[in-house]
Amino acid sequence: MSTMSENAGKVSAPVTESVAATQLRRLSAWRAFEIVLWVAAFAAIFLLPSHMLVLTEIAIVALFAISLDLILGYAGIVSLGHGAFFGLGAYAAGIFAKHIYAEPVTGLFVAAAASGIFGFATSFLVLRGSDLTRLMTTLGIALMLAEVANQMAWLTGGADGLSGVMVGPILGLFEFDLWGKTGYIYCLFVLFILTCLARRLVNAPFGLSLKAIKGNPVRAAMVGVPSRRRIVAIYTVAAVYAGIAGALLTHTTSFVSIDVLAFHRSADVLLVLVLGGVGYLYGGIIGAIVFTLLRDWLSVITPQYWMFWIGLVLVIIVVVGRENLGRWHTFLPNSLQERLARVVNWRLGMKLRGEQ
Amino acid sequence: MTAALETRHLVKRFGGFLAADDVSLSVEQGARHALIGPNGAGKTTLINLFTGALKPTSGSVLLDGEDITGLPVEQRVKRGLARTFQVNQLFREFTPLESVVLAVNERKELGGSAWRPLVAHGEAVDEAAALLERFKLSDVMDERTSMLPYGRQRLLEIALAFASKPRVLLLDEPAAGVPEDERHEVLNIVRDLPEDVTVILIEHDMELVFSFADRISVLVSGALFTEGTVTKVSADPRVKAIYLGEDA
Amino acid sequence: MLTILFDGIAYGMLLFIIAVGLAITLGLMNFINLAHGAFAMVGGYITVVLMNRHGVSFYWCLLIAFLAVGVIGAVLERTLYRRLYSAPHLDQVLFSVGLVFMSIAAAHYFMGGQQQLIQLPPELRGRIEIFGVGVGRYRIFITVFCAVLVVALQLALTRTRFGSQLRAAVDDGRVARGLGINVSVVFALTFALGSGLAGLGGAMGAEVLGLDPNFALKYIVYFLIVVTVGGTSSITGPFLAALLLGIADVAGKYYVPEIGAFIIYGVMVLVLVFRPHGLFAREASR
Repeated sequence: MSTMSENAGKVSAPVTESVAATQLRRLSAWRAFEIVLWVAAFAAIFLLPSHMLVLTEIAIVALFAISLDLILGYAGIVSLGHGAFFGLGAYAAGIFAKHIYAEPVTGLFVAAAASGIFGFATSFLVLRGSDLTRLMTTLGIALMLAEVANQMAWLTGGADGLSGVMVGPILGLFEFDLWGKTGYIYCLFVLFILTCLARRLVNAPFGLSLKAIKGNPVRAAMVGVPSRRRIVAIYTVAAVYAGIAGALLTHTTSFVSIDVLAFHRSADVLLVLVLGGVGYLYGGIIGAIVFTLLRDWLSVITPQYWMFWIGLVLVIIVVVGRENLGRWHTFLPNSLQERLARVVNWRLGMKLRGEQ
Repeated sequence: MTAALETRHLVKRFGGFLAADDVSLSVEQGARHALIGPNGAGKTTLINLFTGALKPTSGSVLLDGEDITGLPVEQRVKRGLARTFQVNQLFREFTPLESVVLAVNERKELGGSAWRPLVAHGEAVDEAAALLERFKLSDVMDERTSMLPYGRQRLLEIALAFASKPRVLLLDEPAAGVPEDERHEVLNIVRDLPEDVTVILIEHDMELVFSFADRISVLVSGALFTEGTVTKVSADPRVKAIYLGEDA
Repeated sequence: MLTILFDGIAYGMLLFIIAVGLAITLGLMNFINLAHGAFAMVGGYITVVLMNRHGVSFYWCLLIAFLAVGVIGAVLERTLYRRLYSAPHLDQVLFSVGLVFMSIAAAHYFMGGQQQLIQLPPELRGRIEIFGVGVGRYRIFITVFCAVLVVALQLALTRTRFGSQLRAAVDDGRVARGLGINVSVVFALTFALGSGLAGLGGAMGAEVLGLDPNFALKYIVYFLIVVTVGGTSSITGPFLAALLLGIADVAGKYYVPEIGAFIIYGVMVLVLVFRPHGLFAREASR
């Protein structure tokens, strides 16, 4: 058999091979909208100096949502308790900065390790079971963690939150300033680096195998994908990402509220991701922008009741259909649609494919 | 010579229902072995026991003389056991190229690699391209699988199984549901499978079975009813009675 | 000690009455309805408004809460829920979380954020002595009332025509349809019944569980525990789970307040991991 396929390879490879390679290369090529997004994000440092705090918040939420996208969008694991890793990272960073060492980047690694270990340990609980069992298991774990944080007041400050966290200068060089500029630059860099890493991960064979597990677990096993191992790996990575997002929150606010472990964190991050779109990484970032702006806008018009409108948005999204949400542009005139698609999907002079 | 695939006293019980009843089957290396039987005879159960999707109540499964009864599905695949499904089990959102690259990657133990993009693993890409060529899918390798005509999907189904370089290939009704005009293409692919790959064919279409297989096992109510060469089985009046009575 | 047991039983009964609707939506429609707690909350608020502002008798309030929430459930089922029966679970979760958010904000808007209190009728107040143990009269009322309901439900499920249609639809929707059962109507009626019971439970529970806008979120976890631990294949499973949870929760809060909730969540996770179909479910047959 091997001889035959090798022969086939020799005969036909030169032509087909390059086509295949080009097509695969296109999958991982940088696209125009990505570049625009990052340029805009970095330009905001200079262009929007008075909005640093909200931009910081967007960056943190975006990172958190990207971490959820890794498990939900790629491996298809639903979670109602992803906030557990966010909260754990926030607390780990806070406690570490308060009692041991105030330098934030070190704190990021500590938070990442704490969440990663917890994620690895709990990943075995989401391996089996239906969506419902996964939802309940993740929710249960998050609730347990919140309960622990609440009861261990000597360490976490309990319901009052962990205060007195002094965060030192980043790498001993850059002091956090009052306007949040350092904080935003810090978060943006972390977000950028981690997004690039996630990009590599999902565009590598590993990412393809995750999508296979999500798309068709039966066939995935039948082409030799070790699903359990892959899920454990990505769940751990996602926990690390969420933990780092939580640590960023601690570092930029110098405070950890028990609220970081609240249920609504897990629900909000789902909403953020769904708003931006699942399964292409940037959904987290776009969702974070939309969500944060929407919430700020709503809480200005109806200070106490913005939750109602957020809820309404969720209901409408689902009833209209998530997949239709990404097709809003189909209501535009055809010529405009084509131009838009060409701009958004432009990547190193390659033809577009209708995706997302 | 050790058998390519062998089962010993394989039993599978679902509650009170006996889906596999003491099946001891031996398939020779390089054989073209057909597994036939009326609906509900337990063919699918048997396949699932081969691949590890089901665990037997008792008995064992051997691949090339090695006991694989306790191994999970993906490890059996790595050891050279692949199957196609009666109803397509494809990655509908993938392109054929992505699907085949995935399968090749996993065989080459590249699936866990998380740094370099797909295209950087050149050998795997070349091999996937060659496979697509061989299965006449090159022209559609960049289209979404769910958009392909059924016959093409059927070819991809076989290509995916073949990509894991199986020593034993289980084909579950490979031509099922394929329109008449695309049928010969699928059948040609099946006929042209390399001789050193052991093929077990599960099929309803007697014409196909008689033209393709050299040995036939007949399964009735979960148990092995008879086994033998094509001439022997096709001449057996009892088989005719069971089979034609049910399905003709 | 026995007082705690009694309180726990009453509490468990309440949980069951509210959660049984959730068990049915899950088992029958395979729908993860996180908004179920909101139905109970509406029942509670209806009672509060009718009693405190319009002086309606408590018993009438229970009936009205049951009917009103049942109607609301039916309307929502016909207009929204039914579209999502075959949707991915993620969509169902998002949808129902959206409803929960809306209900919380709406409760804030109309009723304010404070705890709502109701004045029980005099005959339900105070305690009486049973075997030398002081037991709240209202707890006894809840226990007896719910026990009757449980028996009635069980009988309705096993003895009536509707019950057998429902069980057929749970077992296999397609076959049931083939038998000429109007599955869609069965779904709607069942959903209404489940919602109504939640409303009734919310009305009765206003005094026991407390009632504020966060009710919808606070207790949904408990209802989900009842369903996941009890399984959805029968109503006895959730019933036993609710009793266990009720007793464990009351006892836990009394004896080990520090880790009571932790233990309950922990047990739930363990059950989910080792018995994904519920503690009292028979092994799923294939």
